[in-house]
Amino acid sequence: MMLSGKKVAVFGERDDVTGLAVRKCVEAAGGEVVYEATSCFV
Amino acid sequence: MSSAGTTAGAGNPVIKNCAQCLVHVPDLVPYGSKPWREILKDPSTGPRLMEALRSFSQAVAYPPNQTFIGNVTPDQLAGIARPWYSRDDKQHGEASRTGPFGEIVSQDLFFAMLKAANVLTPPLVEFVPEHRAALKARLAEHPVLSSFADFSFVPEPTIEAEIADGSALALRSGGTLLGGVRRDNRAEGREDENLDAHTLLETLCVKASGAVALQWLLHREAIDAGDIDFVISCGEEAAGDRYQRGAGGMAKSIAQMCGCVSASGMDVKNFCAGPASALITAGALVKSGLYRRVAVVAGGSLAKLGMKYQAFLEHGMPVLDDCLGAMAFLITPDDGVSPILHLEPGTVGVASVGASTSDEAVYRELILEPLNVLGLGMTEVDKFAPELHNPEIMEHSGSGDVVHKNYRLIAAIAVLAEQITKAEMPAFIEKIGMTGFAPTQGHIPSAIPYMGHAMQAMRGGTLRRAMFLCKASLFLNRVTELYDGVSFLLEANPQANR
Repeated sequence: MMLSGKKVAVFGERDDVTGLAVRKCVEAAGGEVVYEATSCFV
Repeated sequence: MSSAGTTAGAGNPVIKNCAQCLVHVPDLVPYGSKPWREILKDPSTGPRLMEALRSFSQAVAYPPNQTFIGNVTPDQLAGIARPWYSRDDKQHGEASRTGPFGEIVSQDLFFAMLKAANVLTPPLVEFVPEHRAALKARLAEHPVLSSFADFSFVPEPTIEAEIADGSALALRSGGTLLGGVRRDNRAEGREDENLDAHTLLETLCVKASGAVALQWLLHREAIDAGDIDFVISCGEEAAGDRYQRGAGGMAKSIAQMCGCVSASGMDVKNFCAGPASALITAGALVKSGLYRRVAVVAGGSLAKLGMKYQAFLEHGMPVLDDCLGAMAFLITPDDGVSPILHLEPGTVGVASVGASTSDEAVYRELILEPLNVLGLGMTEVDKFAPELHNPEIMEHSGSGDVVHKNYRLIAAIAVLAEQITKAEMPAFIEKIGMTGFAPTQGHIPSAIPYMGHAMQAMRGGTLRRAMFLCKASLFLNRVTELYDGVSFLLEANPQANR
């Protein structure tokens, strides 16, 4: 697992890649998401 | 124009008319959420911000604003060289403050509308004595809004003292004090933070700008206000006191102000997708037979004024997010002429809770499934209207061209559905896309400002189908991680050109 044992901070954007989508990728790669935020710039 | 057969089902409602207006309020920009917070932290921000504000003539001449009110089409806007903000009357002739869809309202006229929106005693909005007559006269002389100029003034205003002690907000034009907005100082309101001057100004801005749009809609349709059966408001405000903040009531407030005496109403909330959800709800109410004439109205957002001002100051640009947006729409049974709002079962796009964790799943539900029900492919839709934010605002603030980002996602779905090839994406986007032109006003830019242009093109026989795609950042409420999506298909009336 590429991110096993890693703690990850996730920053996403609604009109691009959302934090939720990044979190799912990180978790699938074995990482632990310790902070997640999705910004809406509009 | 697509050559495919008609898909307009019997019994669907139509969007019979629309109004799209802007309200240029440079002196309210410091009351927007971002400037307000930054000025409190560093008072020297205020003068720098004020120096970068645009004049009314500059705001009127601004090509995206002309596109919003219908004097310029989105395709024509795409052909105008940027920077758009450097374009002015001296170079290109005088731009009109009115257009086919509505008007760009000036600040002094809007301050009079704020006064007209007041229903409390003592009033929330008061003018200083020397400017009362002129402000009221501006409204009384207006060809569409004159009926609102029936307010009176208190004999001995105390607003200047309240501004000085911080309990009221000043309404200025340049350096001139015209009046102010006070908090609710009655016994029940005095200790309620939801009824302070800033919050009530936000609420009054929604009501007053919504009334501008609804009045323009009534004027354009030449219909009596009493003939409206139901009004749906879909702004992003949270009106109410401490026990029911955000509980609603805006629709009937605006309906009352415009004289819709026979109408009832309600508020529909769905963040930026509020207008789309409201149009679908209105259409369903008409299709069911419950009502015959439903007005959907969206007032503007004070909080989002000056949202990107820091980027503009950094780049030496004028502050471009200086306008409130306001829209209104009339939904009726099929009149044989106006564009059809498709409401057959399964033809409205939704982002179900289960799908909302994946962009691909959301876009499949929003685009492919409704079109599949109608027997249409994506290439049979002439235009897709997604978030229509003005790229000149978004790019300078570091967000990129939000409109184009959405078109890339739409085209990617067409590729995944094997309706176009990857190599065809740029040409597909060119065909179904458009340039953004709406100000940063939350629910206002979300697809629906294309409505006026779509209706005009459909009535002119140059557009057959347009899909409106709206997103809503539900996660901003901090109690869900979901975002929402809403879509619907508008189609030229098949009876219109027979």
